Amino acid sequence: MSDSDAATAVVRSEISRRDFLNDVAAGALGIAGLGAMVVTYRFLSPNALFEPSTTFRAGNPDLYPVNSVTFNQDQQVYIVRTQEGFYAVSAVCTHLGCITQWKPDANMIACPCHGSKFKSDGTKVEGPAPRSLPHFSITLTPDGELLVNKMETIKPEQALKV
Amino acid sequence: MATSSIDLALNRLRETRAWKSIFRRGPARTNRTRSLAIFGNIFLHLMPVKVREQSLRARATYYLGSFSFLLFLLLTVTGILLMLYYHPAVPQAYLDMKDLRFVVSNGVFLRNLHRVGAHAMVIAVFWHMFHVFYRGGYRPPHEFNWVVGVVLMLLTLFLSYTGYLLPWDQLAFWAITVGTNIISAEPVLGHDVRFLLLGGNLVGENALLRFYVLHCVILPLVAAMFIAVHFWRIQKDGGLTLRDDHEREGHERQD
Repeated sequence: MSDSDAATAVVRSEISRRDFLNDVAAGALGIAGLGAMVVTYRFLSPNALFEPSTTFRAGNPDLYPVNSVTFNQDQQVYIVRTQEGFYAVSAVCTHLGCITQWKPDANMIACPCHGSKFKSDGTKVEGPAPRSLPHFSITLTPDGELLVNKMETIKPEQALKV
Repeated sequence: MATSSIDLALNRLRETRAWKSIFRRGPARTNRTRSLAIFGNIFLHLMPVKVREQSLRARATYYLGSFSFLLFLLLTVTGILLMLYYHPAVPQAYLDMKDLRFVVSNGVFLRNLHRVGAHAMVIAVFWHMFHVFYRGGYRPPHEFNWVVGVVLMLLTLFLSYTGYLLPWDQLAFWAITVGTNIISAEPVLGHDVRFLLLGGNLVGENALLRFYVLHCVILPLVAAMFIAVHFWRIQKDGGLTLRDDHEREGHERQD
C-alpha cells in the first residue's frame, strides 16, 4: 500500500465531501436563522414611540402650599411640598400599575385596585404593593418653574429646596 | 337494510362523474371502501376510521372536546364578521364597538355571541381538561396529546386575554395594564416581553394593534394547527381513554 492510498483512506473515513457540504449548508442556514431572529426582534421593538413626554413642567413653586399633596392627573405624579422642599412622587402603584389616589382625610395615598396604602411621601404602609412609590427627579428651570423627569428616579430623601 | 328514497338518490349521486372527481371514489359499500373514503378526505383523515361504541356514548366524553371545537368555529365566524366593522385604532375602536351595539343591524347579537361564546369556550376547555384528567387521559400512550391539550388551553386563555383589550374601554385598558405588569414581574425577560407585547411602555395605539393582530391572525392560526394535531393524535394513540372497569366490562357483556 502506497502512502497516497493510505492518506485517501484516512480522509474518506473522517468526513465525506457530501457530509462536509451538508454541514456547511446546515451551519449557514443556522446562522441565517439566528440572524432572522435578531432582525425580527429588532423589527418588533419600535424605535420611535408616540407616547407622552416623560419630562414636564409643573408650574411655579408658589402654586403649591407648604405641607400639601397635589395630584397631576395628566402626568400621574404627585407634587408634594413639605417643610424640607419639593418631591415628585409617582402615582402609579408599584403593585400592578393602577393609578393611586390621594385621600386628604386619611392623610394617605391609596390604590383603588388592590388596597395598597402609602404615606404622602410615597412610603409603603400596607401591601400588596411590594415597594414604596418612587420619587422622580425634580429641578427648577432657568425661568423658575418646577421640572419633573419621570425617566429618572431619585432617593426619597432628596428634596428640592426652593 | 331499509333503503329510503334519499339513500337511493344519494347513491345515484355518488355514481356520477362529478362526485367521483371530487371525492376520488364512488359509493362506499364495503368496510374497505368506507375506510378509504375517510383516508382519502383531507378533513376526515384526521378522524379515526372506526371507533369503539363506548367512546361515542355521552358519558365517555360528554362531547366536551367537540363542544370546545364547535365554539372555536363559532368564534371564528362571528369574529370575522365583527372585523368588518372594527378598526383597531384609538379612539375609533371604542366608537366601533358602540356602533356594533347600537347602530349595526344585529351587531349587538353578533358581539354578544362572540363574547358569550368566548366565555363558554374557556369553560368548555377547562371542563374537558378536568374530565380527561380524572379519566387518566394524560397517561401513556396519550401523554403527548395531553401536552398538546395544555398548549390549546393556554392558547384559549391568550385568545381571551388579547380579545379583552379590543373594546378599548376602561375595563379593557386597566385589565391589560394590570396583566402586562404581571408579565414584567417575571425576572430578567419580563420588561422586554412587556415592551414587545405592548409595542411601547404603556397601553396605547401600538398595544391595541398588536393585540388585534395576535387575536385575529396569529393565535387562531396557531390554535388551528394544534387542534389538527390534537384530533389526529387521538386516532394515532388508539382512541379515547376508556375506564378500565365498567366500560370495558360492559363492552364484553354486549359481545
